[in-house]
Amino acid sequence: MAVLEAAKTTRPPAAPPAAPATGPVWAAHRGAVVAGVVAVWVVLWALLRNRFTLTLDTASTTDLHLRINDIRDSIDAGRNSNPLFLYVFNEIRLVIDALTNTISGLIAQPAFGRPVPLLGWLGVVAVVMFVAWALGNGRVSLLAGAVFVFFGLQGLWTQAMDTLALTLAAVLVSLLIGIPLGVWAGLSDRVNRVLTPVLDFMQTMPTFVYLAPLTLFFLIGPASAVIATLIYAAPPAIRITAHGIRSVAPATVEASVALGSTPRQTLFGVLIPVARRTIVLGINQTIMAALSMVTIAALIDAPGLGQNVLKALQTLDVGTAFNAGLSIVLMAIVLDRVTTAMSERVEVARLMTPQAIARRPYLLGAGAFTTLVCVYLSYTFANYAVFPKPEGSSLGYVGDDVARVADSVTTWTQSNLTFLTQSWKDVSTAWILDPVEHLLVESPWFVVFAVAVVLSMVIGNVRAAVTTAVCLAVVIGTGLWSDTMTTLAAVLVATVLTVLIGVLVGVWMGRSRGADRAIRPVLDAAQVLPSFVYLIPFVALFGATRFTAIVAAVVYSAPIAIKLVADGIRNVSATTVEAALSAGTSTLQMIRKVQLPMAREALVLATNQGLIYVLSMVVVGGLIGAGALGYDVVAGFRQSTYFGKGLAAGLAIVMLGVMLDRVTQAASGRTGGAKKR
Amino acid sequence: MTRIGSPRGARRTARVALVATFALALAACGGAKVGEDTTSSAAPAPGGSGTAAACGTVNIAINPWVGYEADAAVVAELLQSKLGCTVVKKNLDEQVSWQGFGTGEVDVILENWGHEDLKKKYIEEQKVAVEVGPTGREGKIGWFVVPWMAEKYPDITDSANLNKYADLFKTSESGDKGQFLDGDPGFVTIDGPLIKNLGLNFKVIYAGSEAALITSFRQAEKDKKPAIGYFYSPQWFLSEVPLVNVKLPPYTPGCDADPKTVKCDYPVYNLDKIASAKFATSGSPGYDFVKKFQWTNDDQNVVAKYIAVDKMSPEDAAKKWIADNQAKVDAWFTS
Amino acid sequence: MPGDLSPVISVRDLWKVFGPKAEAVPKSEELSALGRRELMDRTGCTAAVRDVSFDIAPGEVFVVMGLSGSGKSTLVRCLNRLIEPTSGTLTFEGEDLLAADAARLRELRRLKFSMVFQHFGLLPHRRVVENVAYGLEIRGMGKTERTKKAMEVIELVGLLGYEKSYPDQLSGGMQQRVGLARALAGDPDVLFFDEPFSALDPLIRRDMQNEVIRLHHEVGKTMVFITHDLSEALKLGDRILIMRDGKMIQTGTGDELVGAPADDYVRDFVSDVNRSHVLTLRWIMRPPRPDDPLDGPVLSRDVLVHEATRVVLDSDKPIRVMENGELLGVVGNEEILGVIAAVTEGS
Repeated sequence: MAVLEAAKTTRPPAAPPAAPATGPVWAAHRGAVVAGVVAVWVVLWALLRNRFTLTLDTASTTDLHLRINDIRDSIDAGRNSNPLFLYVFNEIRLVIDALTNTISGLIAQPAFGRPVPLLGWLGVVAVVMFVAWALGNGRVSLLAGAVFVFFGLQGLWTQAMDTLALTLAAVLVSLLIGIPLGVWAGLSDRVNRVLTPVLDFMQTMPTFVYLAPLTLFFLIGPASAVIATLIYAAPPAIRITAHGIRSVAPATVEASVALGSTPRQTLFGVLIPVARRTIVLGINQTIMAALSMVTIAALIDAPGLGQNVLKALQTLDVGTAFNAGLSIVLMAIVLDRVTTAMSERVEVARLMTPQAIARRPYLLGAGAFTTLVCVYLSYTFANYAVFPKPEGSSLGYVGDDVARVADSVTTWTQSNLTFLTQSWKDVSTAWILDPVEHLLVESPWFVVFAVAVVLSMVIGNVRAAVTTAVCLAVVIGTGLWSDTMTTLAAVLVATVLTVLIGVLVGVWMGRSRGADRAIRPVLDAAQVLPSFVYLIPFVALFGATRFTAIVAAVVYSAPIAIKLVADGIRNVSATTVEAALSAGTSTLQMIRKVQLPMAREALVLATNQGLIYVLSMVVVGGLIGAGALGYDVVAGFRQSTYFGKGLAAGLAIVMLGVMLDRVTQAASGRTGGAKKR
Repeated sequence: MTRIGSPRGARRTARVALVATFALALAACGGAKVGEDTTSSAAPAPGGSGTAAACGTVNIAINPWVGYEADAAVVAELLQSKLGCTVVKKNLDEQVSWQGFGTGEVDVILENWGHEDLKKKYIEEQKVAVEVGPTGREGKIGWFVVPWMAEKYPDITDSANLNKYADLFKTSESGDKGQFLDGDPGFVTIDGPLIKNLGLNFKVIYAGSEAALITSFRQAEKDKKPAIGYFYSPQWFLSEVPLVNVKLPPYTPGCDADPKTVKCDYPVYNLDKIASAKFATSGSPGYDFVKKFQWTNDDQNVVAKYIAVDKMSPEDAAKKWIADNQAKVDAWFTS
Repeated sequence: MPGDLSPVISVRDLWKVFGPKAEAVPKSEELSALGRRELMDRTGCTAAVRDVSFDIAPGEVFVVMGLSGSGKSTLVRCLNRLIEPTSGTLTFEGEDLLAADAARLRELRRLKFSMVFQHFGLLPHRRVVENVAYGLEIRGMGKTERTKKAMEVIELVGLLGYEKSYPDQLSGGMQQRVGLARALAGDPDVLFFDEPFSALDPLIRRDMQNEVIRLHHEVGKTMVFITHDLSEALKLGDRILIMRDGKMIQTGTGDELVGAPADDYVRDFVSDVNRSHVLTLRWIMRPPRPDDPLDGPVLSRDVLVHEATRVVLDSDKPIRVMENGELLGVVGNEEILGVIAAVTEGS
């Protein structure tokens, strides 16, 4: 989890097209040009307000949307005759379903003709502890055991196992596809070039967008959930594996070739073993991504903790939702720590004394035997199979208490802080959000289009400007220009807030080890806690408004921005800081003149990642009053008439993502290039 | 200690299952079809005996509201205890549930609100689903205000007087108009055109989910803040905060035909049940029971309250209600 | 000296051009005559090796020397085809190396060549002994046998006691010993060294150079040694090839380079060398003048200047450089002091 951000950040910085040696005129006065463009925009807005805005009513659809509906219908009808279904989709579905059901029958659901899963709770705990110990170390093994028992005490054993089973299945499939692809991309520049934009797309696309269409192809059930998860979780494995292969020292590869290795010997004898640690890091990222996606897949009936969260929200039962959310956070912590320990295993093994090495097989054997005994017990006896639950409790030993505490905290907050949050919301909406939104939504489309292209050119480069033009053209094609602008306004405001918080907290953490130690776990938890858990309290505090959606997005995206800034500050070379100190720099000067400028790349990256995370919350925002594209997607998910419109809205979100991603990356490439010179 | 099953038998089954998995994957080369490969169909299991085999598996779609869950809890409990069926509950949106009829993933929807377009598509055109008759309950969609407002401004409950109070409902979202909250995007609403055609100075704001809508009403009632919006009954939340219905021009058949000119209230829905054609013709006793199943809003609210407010599990809630209402239950099983 | 035996490696007209349509460059007289910058501008190509020819005799230590970017590393990689030459011929023990297919090439690399790298190129996840045995392992040699062989080589390079360590636990010098051991383990005919000691500290570098000299004496392999360090080249090399911008500038023994630099570049290059330690009498002797007394001490022409200094300065007559009873020339104080003074002047 500590490295969750790498899932998205490990994308190699977009090939920074070096700024031309003799820059265009604007290069020198970038700030002034931006201000000028915005000024012209405001004037045009005032003159042409509310004309050519391409507004589409919430209940209306365009021909394109209806045509997508028709396509959906024909897919629906052709499911048993279309060869693509017969030989591709259905096959994939069957294999994945079988895999998932097998894993689930092992640990989660009654199967194999038994009233309970093959392994009861005791068996699972034993196996998990043994694996964590054998592949990791004793500490993570204890942690894993404690957390798994806690699942039982929370009254969520079965759901936790459902989630684990689905996560494992999805991770397995992701790695089966991701690692070979990653190796290939690591070996071949061409494959890498082709894959990179595809992976960008997969990671920018909001998860909600493809959930509904997936059920069209793979039906409701494990297959759809696993494939949805795959789309989200495989990219980090591919990227990080490729990165690992690429980072193997060329001399090592050359040495192997010079000794007469075949390509296969070099691959399996050198590249993969040397990149192993990095690849395990990729596996870690994939697991974390899969876990968060499996939770969301509850929307298409994926079993597990996500269901509890969603169900609890139908009755606004924040306590119960939090109880399940806590399980998810704990599961994430365990999976993260265990895989991290696995990646460190190599180093640990090296430091072992010869006696320890000699002893290890016996210890492992004893552990395996104990595990087998536990497995047998849990296979045979009901008490070790089904986690016992006290009479009359709905959630088990501690679940009720967790829920109650979360409930009272929420109630207190909702009763006592509303006056604060409401005025905060009103002021921010009136002074920040509304002006931006008016400017974007009420200006004629061609004005916004031109401004966006010019700004992309100034902030980024020509390629970014072309991307912007293409993306906006597609947005116009979706028929959702106006909604897109509303969403863009919210996204921009949320991103600015995210970056502000990122800088403030990040600088603090970067400069103080103590602050870092205290805050980082909170950030880790915030990143894996399903956003659904805190939506209800937010609605209570801020009402169902656009601002609520912005707050939710900021809460979701701030951790990554904070971490990136903190790491950037920390990575400023100690020598530079020392030199600045010896020149008599004050603390504030140090931050402003030394640390922030030197961490500039990290800042740009934080902005970029903040944007991507904010975008992925657009749809969630639609659930709590943000309207616009988010609402369109949700409506498309829920109502057959709006299926096409929802898909188009999803596409518009992706276009926003690609556009903003490219522009910020181009900007970062530019600053990177400038620094080198 | 209780022993579970027979380990040997289970092991054999496990092996068989594994082999079957591979066989399935292999056999699939001939082209796998939906509905043939899943074991979810309600057809009686071959070679079996007793009621369990006769009923088979029933896949119940669970739509995301508590009232529905109450229906499903009671039906599922009775299917299992009385008829020995295997019940698989699938948490699905309405839309996706209907889609499930075609794929064999869903056998029955227990509380259907209208959805004429889906009926046309799946019942008339694709012929994969059939109507199974009413649930005995009516669904009412309409406009509601928070109770404290109805008390303080008695005439607010008539849409004709709403403009008088529009200013009260202003928020950061609605600008200089009053805010009218719409909720779950899953429901077809005509609020936008209605407001326009009735000449009301209100703007529709999409809360985006039922949860957000309810939270808004709940918080407004608690803080004595104004709130008006789309809501429906039966709904468990009405027993917590009794929202007051706002009178709209009465519904007449066909008055909502053209959404552009609509000027009348929502119709009253006769909530009904839908089953997959396969389930309907399977001869399963489960189908006969589902067909007979009918209860009142009050019945449903009791079970819904057990689940939503008392936090009982659906199973426990259903058992409790069944124990308290043996007579009603027996009526469903006498032919 | 070369010439008497048939060469192990024979290189003729070798070119390596990087860039689009690289093969066109050596073929075209016009393009092949262009300088680095012009070639880049005209074709987008870089010629790393230009028209290089030489022979390497069995058992010889052949040093390729040049500054960075001179193409020396590319040249050595062409010799075992880690880099594919653009044109020219390359013969190894009479076999046309450029005609070898991938399988034959692998066989040669496994059995005949091995290479030591500047940055070691060790496998970080393997212990020293496993690194040394790697080459044997990929040949398919059994574990016991290859471990035994590896241990012998480990002893040979002075790594005994470290065989269980991982590379990152060793110092740079030790790591390069592992690289050396790995190269020797396969018992190759030819060893290629690509600037193997330039990443090491000066003292360790000297140790390692001595180590190579010792190994050369013990195992007598043919060695091709790349370096940018002239003193290293002079110390190790039987013959030295000086490269600049991909071109061969001069090939010869150390004293030939110092005594008769082919051009100003080489002259400049060797100017800092302590000439008295490199030059032999034959480079400074002059024909006897009529007034020279011809009864001074006799020395061979291959005696180094600094070895002859004392004799010459002690004698009041010029010494005679004789071979097979024939007088080749004489060396007097003037000539000796010319060499020594140049050194003092230079430093």
